[in-house]
Amino acid sequence: MANFEPVLSRNFSVPEGHTLKVYESRGGYQAARKALASDPDAVITTVKDSELRGRGGAGFPTGLKWTFLPKDRKETLMCINADESEPATFNNRLLMEKDPHQLIEGILISCFATRAATAYLYIRFEYIDAAAILERAIAEARAAGHLGKNIYGSGFDLEIYVHRGAGAYICGEETGLIESLEGKRGWPRIKPPFPAIEGAFRKPTVVNNVETLCCVPHIIERGAGWFKSIGTPKSYGPKLYCVSGAVNKQVCVELPLGVTTRALIEEHAGGVWKGRKAKAAVPGGISMGLLSADELDVPLDFESLRLPGCLGLGTAAVTVIDDQTSIVDYLYNCCRFFAHESCGQCTPCREGTSWFYKTIKRMKAGGGRLQDLDVMLHMANNLGIIPGTTICGLADGAAWPVKNAITKYRAEFEDYIKTHQNSAALPTALQERIAEGVRGDVDTIVLPVLPAAGVRHSPGKAADAL
Amino acid sequence: MASPTSPKAPAAVLTEGIRQRILDLLPRYPRKQAAVLPALHLVLEHLRCVPYAAMAEIAELLEITPAEVHDAMSFYGFFPQAPMGECRVWICRSLSCALRGGDELLEHACQKLRIEPGQTTPDGKITLEFAECLGICDFAPAALVDDGRIFGPLDEAGVDAMLDTVKQGRKPTQAQVS
Repeated sequence: MANFEPVLSRNFSVPEGHTLKVYESRGGYQAARKALASDPDAVITTVKDSELRGRGGAGFPTGLKWTFLPKDRKETLMCINADESEPATFNNRLLMEKDPHQLIEGILISCFATRAATAYLYIRFEYIDAAAILERAIAEARAAGHLGKNIYGSGFDLEIYVHRGAGAYICGEETGLIESLEGKRGWPRIKPPFPAIEGAFRKPTVVNNVETLCCVPHIIERGAGWFKSIGTPKSYGPKLYCVSGAVNKQVCVELPLGVTTRALIEEHAGGVWKGRKAKAAVPGGISMGLLSADELDVPLDFESLRLPGCLGLGTAAVTVIDDQTSIVDYLYNCCRFFAHESCGQCTPCREGTSWFYKTIKRMKAGGGRLQDLDVMLHMANNLGIIPGTTICGLADGAAWPVKNAITKYRAEFEDYIKTHQNSAALPTALQERIAEGVRGDVDTIVLPVLPAAGVRHSPGKAADAL
Repeated sequence: MASPTSPKAPAAVLTEGIRQRILDLLPRYPRKQAAVLPALHLVLEHLRCVPYAAMAEIAELLEITPAEVHDAMSFYGFFPQAPMGECRVWICRSLSCALRGGDELLEHACQKLRIEPGQTTPDGKITLEFAECLGICDFAPAALVDDGRIFGPLDEAGVDAMLDTVKQGRKPTQAQVS
């Protein structure tokens, strides 16, 4: 690890590194020339041999994904997933802002390998500068003959279009992205058929993450063996790790896969801020769950994170929580996020994420009951694609923080509930009865007492009163 | 005054320029409907809102029903029907920012501007909104303006300074995305 050479971020600190001139002067587009002079299947074989796994969250082998395309297809589309919305993740933003041509070269090689002549770069709206930089870089690359018709005389054509999202987390799910690209609401599709068979506009479609595609030129240039020499067994290659939250220096740093959270905090993020200790850390975006303080030495790779009960590596974006922060506040924030971002298609997720949020909100306000913890755990265990109750993985991501936080910090939750009791925030008698499973009887339901007529006002007036 | 029985055709909301820019997008996609989101962004950029009449006109251009445009539009919660302020400011409230005081800074900004999240200041300068992760966690706690400016790491004084800067107007756009 001592002699690890960063490749994905090698142009980040180079002045004008985002321009074509500088990128080419540093060996840019040589891998694309090499790939386009060979055979598409040879490129797929090289990527497959490198065992590159998707960097967007699920960690699916990229080369294998490409081979799912039907052999007799007439047209292929490529979607680049730049809808990076997982909380605490910003590595794709840096890749697009600081080295857009690396991404374009990756897209070019990947499109050549999969024979896709059109690529849609779906970028979240909030990446305003990145979208502008990419538009400029695409125009530059096109003018220089790296895009367009008959690239490098190989007979291969490619156009890349930037398509901007509109602030929906769910559009980072590949079929949600496709629906959104088609101009519909971003509701994920039921799979199968997978996008490789029937994707955008019902055509075979490849959806890859930005960082995944940025790895491709380096694999072509240096070979699959080089890629596999980096990282841990089963998790190969370099990875951009983001560290944020309660640390002295919030950074994005390129390291071989398999670094530990403790090393990230101590060696790269300047330690926990204000001289405090780490109480817990989120390993890879909040969907992946929670590592407790004594699990910080688990390697952050695709395999190891299952052991401490996390969902996976996710986006490798670490958020550090210090020992002065209540775990209730952490879970409140996670539940609020998922309640806001559930797309509303599947009932268990739409209702479940709202229930999580309502429950933790009540708990935080002093209305928690000890049995709430078991209700939340029970719900979390029945929510998502793993128990098979939803279409996409958003609900699993919503369930995991709940599961991990309550099992790993149960004593703190119980203590919080016992010491924070506020009668005004407790459930009403009617709510208690419903929770106990007593059927509401119209005659016995006591309606809440409405305020006197003089105090009532229309909703429109409420703002004035503030 | 025209009588109610012979209404005049309402004036078009979309200018010829916007219509042309929407039409220019169509060759990019196998289906016209795919231009809904880019078209909504174009309208939002020019009108600072997407009125219902604009949705109907987009639908006509893309040969879909107004309901289909509205269906996509309303899903995102991103396109207001009433005009936004000159600058749209998002303050992040997701985990990395919240751990460093994002929620409190949003509240501070609301008190300072005397508005609620989602509202616009009476002088029409700023629309303030909360946001779920903006992907600028290296600046946490952070805020983003819809002209691309990033502010962070913020504290209360930083929020005050940011709001004063943003009140001066939009950043001269060096690269408007088409």
